[in-house]
Amino acid sequence: MMDECAIRVERLGKRYRIRHARAAQTLREDLVDLVRAPFRRGTMEDEDTVWALRDVSLEVRRGEVVGIIGSNGAGKSTLLKILSRIVAPTEGWAEIQGRVGSLLEAGTGFHTELTGRENVYMSGAILGMRKAEIDRKFDEIVAFAEVGPFLDTPVKRYSSGMQVRLAFAVAAHLEAEVLIVDEVLAVGDAEFQKKCLGRMQDVSREGGRTVLFVSHSMDAVQRLCMRAVLLERGRPITIGSTASVVAQYLARTKAPSSAGAWIDLSSVERRGSAVARTVGARYWSDLDQTGGQPYPDGPLTISLAIEAAAACTVASLAVTLYDMQGTKLVNADTIALGRTLRLEPGRHEVTLHLPELHLNPGMYVMGFWLAGPLGTIHDFVPAAFELEVVARPGPGLGRAASDDGLVTCRLELLDSD
Amino acid sequence: MHMLRPVARPVVVIRPLKGWAPLDLREFAGTHELLYFLVLRSLKLRYRQTALGAAWAVLQPLLAMFVFTVVFGRLARLDSEGLPYPVFALAALVPWTYFANALTQVSNSLVDQHQLLTKVYFPRLLLPLAAVISGLVDLAIAFILLLLALVSYGIAPSFRLLAAPAFGLLAMATAFAPGIWLAALNVRYRDVRYAIPFLVQIWLFVTPVVYSSSLVPERWRPFFGLNPMAGVVDGFRWMVVADAPAPSARLAVSVAAVAILLTAGLYYFRRVERSFADVV
Repeated sequence: MMDECAIRVERLGKRYRIRHARAAQTLREDLVDLVRAPFRRGTMEDEDTVWALRDVSLEVRRGEVVGIIGSNGAGKSTLLKILSRIVAPTEGWAEIQGRVGSLLEAGTGFHTELTGRENVYMSGAILGMRKAEIDRKFDEIVAFAEVGPFLDTPVKRYSSGMQVRLAFAVAAHLEAEVLIVDEVLAVGDAEFQKKCLGRMQDVSREGGRTVLFVSHSMDAVQRLCMRAVLLERGRPITIGSTASVVAQYLARTKAPSSAGAWIDLSSVERRGSAVARTVGARYWSDLDQTGGQPYPDGPLTISLAIEAAAACTVASLAVTLYDMQGTKLVNADTIALGRTLRLEPGRHEVTLHLPELHLNPGMYVMGFWLAGPLGTIHDFVPAAFELEVVARPGPGLGRAASDDGLVTCRLELLDSD
Repeated sequence: MHMLRPVARPVVVIRPLKGWAPLDLREFAGTHELLYFLVLRSLKLRYRQTALGAAWAVLQPLLAMFVFTVVFGRLARLDSEGLPYPVFALAALVPWTYFANALTQVSNSLVDQHQLLTKVYFPRLLLPLAAVISGLVDLAIAFILLLLALVSYGIAPSFRLLAAPAFGLLAMATAFAPGIWLAALNVRYRDVRYAIPFLVQIWLFVTPVVYSSSLVPERWRPFFGLNPMAGVVDGFRWMVVADAPAPSARLAVSVAAVAILLTAGLYYFRRVERSFADVV
């Protein structure tokens, strides 16, 4: 049925002139251009233009949650900005049915001089909420953000975590039929991220809301989205079920690996402040028979080469293992040990040891996470390389454990009568 | 091309940007609350970030009045239409101060809030509109100052003071019309920011703020009307002084000039607003 379609995109494209990539042009430069124009041959088609997005066609049905994934510069944000009407497309068209709300940033319209209460109203209004709507949801927003006692304090006196929580709380209560969301989840501490993800899940389940969702977190995309679009250099590569698209994305991004050797990570996909970056990694286990590859319930040691651009503190250094569909299986985070690492500028090597890795044989994807004490992300590498867990060789007493499941478990047979 | 559907939900159609079009008023439906919050925010920020806050609304015209009285009233002995020079100057400085501040703030309104332009959609015109409206509070405060000055100089307020909202509106339009041109240009050319103080200064000299418009030779007066602020200032003096010349056909020229500049400005704004986020 025609009206089941909430978002319809037809051959959408956006071209930028490279000269415009930097800050505003000065009047003098344009006057010079104006004088030269009649003598210049060719048009915009010249090499000084670049297509940030091209030939994107897509239909999203009402109530569907669609993820958009791809590496940096793939055109994800450009697509969201066009659909949010922030920038105009160069070619093609799109039609959106219903009230559109776009959350491209946490805290749009926030001003640090204003109080929490004032910012809730300001940010809500800028995102498209009516005053009556904000009035109605005010208590809910404040409760979600957990900033109750500080409502009438200027936001500049809030901790960065509180600012982020309040900003997201406003955004999360936006009632729109079509929601366009860009990485808003990638802020705040882990606990709050979990809460946001839960909220997003509620939003998409209740009342058939249509959501378009960009994220670097394959785990979040897996959990929220039914379908996904993979963009690469401005063009759609695949559109299909989330699992298959995520698998394709991971297959395209990560590097292959083998135990013991340093893996160069300087050019993998990442984001973060880059104050400290993981530039290399190596891993090994304790058995020569497996060639150092990890095996079920065996140990795994990982060395990370971290380059710090400036002195910084790492409160959370995490090694994450995903399955090939992007589901997070293991997250070994130093935050649980309560120890912080102080890094001076330069190269460092940090070694983490997992005494037992409860994964069955198969291919997994390893990612890394470096964050400061206030939750500022220094470096987030969602997919660094592929890691193979191999079967344990040698004489076992019984048959090899079934590897139908991803995770191992111990089994005992209790006496029966 | 498409079948007509029942209009149950708002439909947004996104197309490439081409050509000239008049302002689409439907976009402004329901945005009055956002406008209200933008005005409120700009007032709160200004009063909270400055030590003197609302006192600036009084201080600006008052200090200028003292300086002008000494330089132009005492030293240059300019004609002041039979009024005490301080009152003569203040009657002009009240709308002028509003105009000069509003023009500057409107022109910078988009650039100063570029983080909104790149992150969320709303009718872009709301930003300059909020800038020109938030200045009205200062204008009202300054107007009360003018009334106090009249009383202290023993000048009886006349019924003509009731025309103040009309002249205030003209001053607002006079700041807004060139302001939206400059605001849009400012996004592309940051030179505009530096040109504005200079523009305001020149504009002060072609407006009868320090001198009386009776100094302008008769045959130049119709052209003089092309400057709408001349009409506003003459209007303010007419409200205070019993025997000042009444607003004439020249005022009609002023209104027409503003109307043309505003209409053209709205077309221009509409044409370039969708590329703001690309350029800013």
